[in-house]
Amino acid sequence: MALLEIRGLRRRFGGLRALDGVALDVEAGCIQGIIGPNGAGKTTLFNVLSGLLPPSGGSVRLDGREIAGLPPHRIAARGLGRTFQTVCLFDRMSALENVMVGLHRRGRAGLAAAALRLPWQRAEERRLAAEAAEWLAFAGVADLADRPAAALSFGRRRLVELARALAARPRLLLLDEPASGLNPRETAELAAIVRRTRDRGVTVLLVEHDMSLVMDVCDRVLALHFGVPIAAGTPAEIQADPRVIAVYLGEEAGHAAG
Amino acid sequence: MRLFRSIATFLLPVLAVIAFQQDASAAGRGYYLTQATMAAYYVVVTLGLALLMGHAGQVSLGHGAFFALGGYTSAILTTRPLDLPPAAERTLSALGCVLRAEDAAGVPQLVVAPPAAFAAALLLTLAVALLVGYPTLRLRGYYLAMATLGFGLIVYRVLLGTPFTGAADGIHGVPGWSFGGAFTLCGRRDHRVANYYFAWGAALLTLLLLRNLIRSRFGRALAAIHDHETAAGAMGVNTAACKLQAFVVSALLAAAAGVFATHFNGGIGPSEAGALKSVRYVALVAAGGMGNLPGVLAASAGLTFLSLRDAFGTYDDAVFGAILIAVVTWAPQGPLEPLGRALRGLAAWRPARREAARRGAA
Repeated sequence: MALLEIRGLRRRFGGLRALDGVALDVEAGCIQGIIGPNGAGKTTLFNVLSGLLPPSGGSVRLDGREIAGLPPHRIAARGLGRTFQTVCLFDRMSALENVMVGLHRRGRAGLAAAALRLPWQRAEERRLAAEAAEWLAFAGVADLADRPAAALSFGRRRLVELARALAARPRLLLLDEPASGLNPRETAELAAIVRRTRDRGVTVLLVEHDMSLVMDVCDRVLALHFGVPIAAGTPAEIQADPRVIAVYLGEEAGHAAG
Repeated sequence: MRLFRSIATFLLPVLAVIAFQQDASAAGRGYYLTQATMAAYYVVVTLGLALLMGHAGQVSLGHGAFFALGGYTSAILTTRPLDLPPAAERTLSALGCVLRAEDAAGVPQLVVAPPAAFAAALLLTLAVALLVGYPTLRLRGYYLAMATLGFGLIVYRVLLGTPFTGAADGIHGVPGWSFGGAFTLCGRRDHRVANYYFAWGAALLTLLLLRNLIRSRFGRALAAIHDHETAAGAMGVNTAACKLQAFVVSALLAAAAGVFATHFNGGIGPSEAGALKSVRYVALVAAGGMGNLPGVLAASAGLTFLSLRDAFGTYDDAVFGAILIAVVTWAPQGPLEPLGRALRGLAAWRPARREAARRGAA
């Protein structure tokens, strides 16, 4: 059984069919790429999977259990983590505190324990801080722990966000255009981190415009066009697929004409 | 640095509280302590509201009503005679839930004991806060502000128009709350100093507990929601539940302050629930810098004391409106923020110089 099973997934915005019958199986331990021109429905797919948008129809099963339409925090509790295309860090917190929010579900302390600073609550805080520091180190940004998130460069913000998502120990991690805005050196760093993440047993779903990154790290690729899956296969198969080429060439031609 | 700030946050207020009492008593102005005691109870309300506004990013325009809800519940329960069978009276009295007290005319009657009335007030507030907060905090945006505004208007009108709650007169003759002979929460002159310290103890304890709270897993979750609700949810934070918890805590603090203030004053009137009272609390939190708890404590203690001393005369409510406009226009982070920055800059200046000297030497 695949870790993630998407069947007939639909999402409409008024008359626009942003997702129109998306089906996909993602095997555990795989890096699955999702490509498509702008407006293909890639980010909508992520928003539906992570519960930010309810689907208009269809089914999403994570580990055999239906998650479509659950609120975001319940889906996160089932083991789905994500990053955002625009990088959504909590700007008033330090990098370390951001990652500690990723560890939210691993803490137990409630209001009373926190207000009274009970000994076990303080021990838990120390444990969470230590673990958050480890995840920053995993993403290669251990030195930024105490810096305010707002003061970090864009590339570093991406890595802190990745550490935050990983800290929740998801089984499935959705990365929404993680290389956008990164320079080639940072992109190479990111590719290495994505592979290390997979090697730790996390299955990765990657939406990306940077084709070289997709071809480099992905095991399987799905191509979407106007919310409809048009091709699926290995990166090599997708690169050679005439429908995919037509869609991308069409887009290029459209840009040239415009 | 952190130790320094903790000392500044707690030692300074404690010293200020003691110094004020010493000065007022030495200057023969013991009556100042009465207003300073009331100011402390209003500080408890504004600190709770600061948790909601500054940390959960939600506004309540009904905190006056929660204060009144606590105060009226306690006032009604501790002044209205009960008619219980003797067996029930014996049992409840052994549990400390009821007692025989003299009413205003000196006739002994059976009433609910203040601790039990306090518990009942908090339970009622809990239920009401859940009722108002649950549907509105599941949504994003400022629906809570609208719901609490409506709630506040209803409470005010009901209190004003219901004979059972004393209508425009409110409820008088509320007995003191005796803590086993050692201390009585009441407005009697010979208890003034003790009440002053009790009230300020409660205010500083509130500051301490809320400060711990915002530096915890719960506080981080609130800050995350405030900064980016979508991302907070995706990280596994139950955003609706966290906002609701912050609102309930904040409403309970207002109600607790209402109970204490009612026993201290010996009564409560409907104006406590008025919309202007609620807006005043919002203005005080803004004047203190929203989530800046020591700032809110300082600003609301100072301004409420002046207001209670009648320093603003007939312009009392206008002054708080003006404060709200001024803060939002010129210092959205609160007027104390520039001062805090200057102090921090001063603290950072010396190590920076030493660092520069060290670099120069190397």
